[in-house]
Amino acid sequence: MEITFTVNGESRTVDVVPDMPLLWVLRDELDLKGTKFGCGMAQCGACTVHVNGAPQRTCVLPASAVMGSEITTIEGLSDDGSHPVQRAWQELDVPQCGYCQAGQIMTAAWLIDQVGAPSDAQIDSAMNNICRCLTYRRIRAAVHRAADGTASEPAIAVEPGDRS
Amino acid sequence: MTTIDPTRSRTDATTSPLIPISSRRAFLQISALAGGGLLIGMRPSTAVALSAQDAAALTAFIRIHPDSTVTITAQNPEIGQGIKTMLPMLIAEELDVAWSNITIEQADLDTDNFSGQFAGGSFATPMHYTPMRQAGATGRALLVAAAAEQWGVPATACETDAGMVHHRASGREAAYGDLATAAASQPVPDPESLTLKDPADFRIIGTRVPGIDNLKIVTGQPLYGIDTALPDMLYAVYEKCPVFGGKFVSANLEEVAGQPGVQHVLPLQGGDSLRGLLDGVAIVADNWWAAKSARERTLRANWSEGDTAAQSTESFATRAQQLNELAPQQTIHADGDPDAEYVTSEVIVEADYTYPFIAHSPLEPQNCTAHWHDGIMEIWAPSQTPESGRSLVAETLGLEETQVVVHLTRIGGGFGRRLSNDYMVEAAAIAHQLEVPVKLLWTREDDMRHDFYRPAGFHFFRGAIAADGMLTRWHDHFVTFGDGERFASSSSMGASEFPQRFVRNYRLDASMMPSGVPTGALRAPGSNGIAFAVQSFLDELAHASGQDPVQFRLRLLASGVGEIDRGMDGTRMIPVLEKVAENAGWGRELPDRTGMGVAFHYSHRGYFAEVVQATVSETGNVTVDEIWVVGDIGSQVINPLNAENQMQGATLDGISQALGQQITIAAGRAEQSNFHDYPLLRMSQAPPVNVELIISDNPPTGLGEPALPPAPPALCNAIFAATGQRVRSLPLVNHDLA
Repeated sequence: MEITFTVNGESRTVDVVPDMPLLWVLRDELDLKGTKFGCGMAQCGACTVHVNGAPQRTCVLPASAVMGSEITTIEGLSDDGSHPVQRAWQELDVPQCGYCQAGQIMTAAWLIDQVGAPSDAQIDSAMNNICRCLTYRRIRAAVHRAADGTASEPAIAVEPGDRS
Repeated sequence: MTTIDPTRSRTDATTSPLIPISSRRAFLQISALAGGGLLIGMRPSTAVALSAQDAAALTAFIRIHPDSTVTITAQNPEIGQGIKTMLPMLIAEELDVAWSNITIEQADLDTDNFSGQFAGGSFATPMHYTPMRQAGATGRALLVAAAAEQWGVPATACETDAGMVHHRASGREAAYGDLATAAASQPVPDPESLTLKDPADFRIIGTRVPGIDNLKIVTGQPLYGIDTALPDMLYAVYEKCPVFGGKFVSANLEEVAGQPGVQHVLPLQGGDSLRGLLDGVAIVADNWWAAKSARERTLRANWSEGDTAAQSTESFATRAQQLNELAPQQTIHADGDPDAEYVTSEVIVEADYTYPFIAHSPLEPQNCTAHWHDGIMEIWAPSQTPESGRSLVAETLGLEETQVVVHLTRIGGGFGRRLSNDYMVEAAAIAHQLEVPVKLLWTREDDMRHDFYRPAGFHFFRGAIAADGMLTRWHDHFVTFGDGERFASSSSMGASEFPQRFVRNYRLDASMMPSGVPTGALRAPGSNGIAFAVQSFLDELAHASGQDPVQFRLRLLASGVGEIDRGMDGTRMIPVLEKVAENAGWGRELPDRTGMGVAFHYSHRGYFAEVVQATVSETGNVTVDEIWVVGDIGSQVINPLNAENQMQGATLDGISQALGQQITIAAGRAEQSNFHDYPLLRMSQAPPVNVELIISDNPPTGLGEPALPPAPPALCNAIFAATGQRVRSLPLVNHDLA
C-alpha cells in the first residue's frame, strides 16, 4: 500500500506491505540508517524516533499506523551535531560502540523537551533504552548537561604511584 | 611471525608469555605521495626486505599532506573499546602533530601490510604501544632530516612542535606539509634507534580525547555492518535447527518461495563444526521484512536434532555432581598436599559454586553483506577476527584466500561474540549462489539462540585456615565441558590460577563432560566466571575464620612465594586493594540490610579490586548502591576519557551478569530468546561507579576486560554482608534473598 508521511520535514511516499514496521521503512526504503534494529520487540529502544513529537519504538510500529504522521529521526535532530543533546553526548564522550545512542538521544531530546531539566528519577523512568556497553552513567550526565549545562566533566583520578 | 589467537581462553591471555612484545618490530617504508607529501607504510613481517618494497604498493598507513594535515589508518576493528582513536593517538604523539590536524580512516583487512588486525584479549595496548609510537617517531625523524638538509644544519639542532620543524639558532622554521615531499627521499631510520618521547613531554597520550566517530554516531550516519547498502542488494535470513548442530531434513521450500518479495529459497548444507557453516535454509527477498515474514509465517523445516537434543541445564548439573563423586580426570596443578591429615585447630570450609551459560548479546545483531563477483567474494563484516573469517570463507567455499576481500565496519558491540565468524560464512555461502550482493541479518532471537556462550562452570571447593589465620589448603575440583582430553572453547583453567603460589597446599583438579552447546570467549573469558567462584569462596574462608575480608586478602597477597613467570604479582595487587578499601570507606557503619563486599582479580595483565555496596530489601530485592574500582594497568593511561568509560562499562557488565543473565538449555536448545527473558541492566539499576587507576612502573596494558571479573563476587560478598546469605550460584534472580 502507498503510505505518505513526513520525515525530517520532507514529505515521503512509500509503497510497502502495511505491516512493515516503520524501522524497516526508514532503514531499507528511505535509506535512513541512523535508526537501529536491536530486538524487534520494543525491548531495547535502539529504534526510537519521534512520531508526532513522541518517542516511539519503530520496530513494532506498522507503517500503516503512521500515515500522515510527522516523523523525526536522529538524522533530523540536526545534521551537524549541534542539537544540545548531540552536543552533550560528544562533550562527555558518551558512546562506546555507539549502536544504541541514536535511540538514547531521541529519547533524551523528547524528555528534555517535555520537562526541561529532568531529575535523576525522571531520567531513570524515561530512559529505559538498553545500552549494552553500559554507558548509563555518562548518558545520565549528558542528559543533565543538555538540559541545564550543569553536569561536570566526568572525572578520572589517576594517581602518580611509587615508581621506585 | 608470532601468531596470536584472540579466541583462545584466558590461559593464554593472562598467564602465558604469548606475545614477545619487546621483540616486536615495525618495518617501515616510505614514499612520496602523488601530488606531494609523505606516505609511511608498515610491514609486519620480518621476512620482507625493505629494499624490495614497491613504494606504490604501500598501504597508506600515515599520510602527511602538503597542507600539513595528516591521515592515519586505523588498522584494528572498532567494537567500542576505543581502538580507532587510541592507536592513532600513539602515532600522532611521536609524530608531534596537533590532534586537530589528524584524520582517521578505517583500514580493510590487509595482512600484507598490517599485523594483529583483531579485537580481543585486551591485546591492542600491549601489542601496539611501542610499534605505533615508533611509526610516528620515524615520520618525525624523516621530516627533521629533510629540514636539516635544506637548511644545512645538523638534525640534532632541530626540534619539532605541533607540526612544525624549528631551528632555533637561526630562527628558521618549516611546516611538515612543506617538508613532506623532501622527507620521502630521506633514508628510513631503524625504529629501534629512535628515541621516543619522555612521557613527561606527552601532549596527546594521557589527555582526554573523545571518540573519533562520535559526531557520526550522534548524527546517525551509516557506520556499522548493518548499515551496508549496495546497488541491487537483496536481504537474507537464515533458519538453522534450534538444537545446536542439527541437520536439515526437509522443508516446504516451494511454498516459501511463493511468498511476497521472496526471490530465492536456498537450503545450504553445512559441516559438523559449530564454528563453521551449519545446515540451514536461506530466504532471500527484496527487503529484510519480506524475508523475515516469509520465514516466520510460512517456513516449516524438519531437522535431525542429533544427540545434543538430550542435553539440558539439569543434565549438566546432575553430571557435574556425579563427576565430583569420582576421582578427578586430571590435575591441572598441585603444590604440597591439600589432602594431608587435618590439624584440629584448622578451620575447614567446603562449598560448591556454579555459574550459568550466558550470551554476549551485542546490540547490533549478527550481520554480514557479501557480493560474489568477478571471482572475488567481497565482504563487509562486523568481525573481531576478520583474518580468521577470511580463512573460514575460503575454506568453506573452496576459494583461495586472495579471492576473499574483507572490509571492516564499525561494530555495534563485540564482547567476544564476533571472534566467531559463523554469520560471515553464512552470508558468503548465500552470496556464492547469487549474482547480486546480499545482506544477511539475524534476528535477536537468532543471536540469543545461536551464540557461543560463556560456558557454565562448577567448582567444588575445600579450603582450610590455620590457627594463625593463614590459608593453608586450597582444593578446587573444577567440572567443565570437554571431550575428556581437550577442554571446550573457553572452558579451561590455568595452572597458575590464584591462589596458586599463595597457599602451601594447593590442588586444581578438572573433570570434563561432553556438551553440544557452543561455547566461546566472552569479555574477560574464564575470569568472568572463575573470579566469582574463587573470590566468593575466599570470602567464606575469611568469615569462617573470623577475619576481615580485606585484611585476610591483604595477608594472603603478601604471602606469595615462587617465581612470577605466570599469573599474578601479589605486590602489585596489594596497593590496588588497599586503595579501593580506602576509597570505599571500608569498615564504616552501614544501615541494616546494607553491606559492602570486596573482590580482586588479575586478568589480561590488569590488576583490579572492587568494592560493591548493596542493599537487600525485606522482600529480597537487591539494589546496588555504589561501586568503587581501582586498577593498575601500568605506567601510562593512554586515553583517560575512554579509560573511565571502559572501566565503568566493564564493571556494570559484571553486575548485569550477576543480577539476571542466564541461558538455560532444554532439549538441546537455548530457552531464552530476547531481552524480555534475558534481562540486561537498565539505567535505573546503574549505580555510581567510582574509578581510579594507580600508576605503576610497568608496561601499559589493556582495559577492555580486566575491570569486569571482580564485580560479580564483590556484589555477592556485599549481599552476604547485608543478609548473611551466601550466594553460591548465579544469577541472583534465582535466589530468594528475603
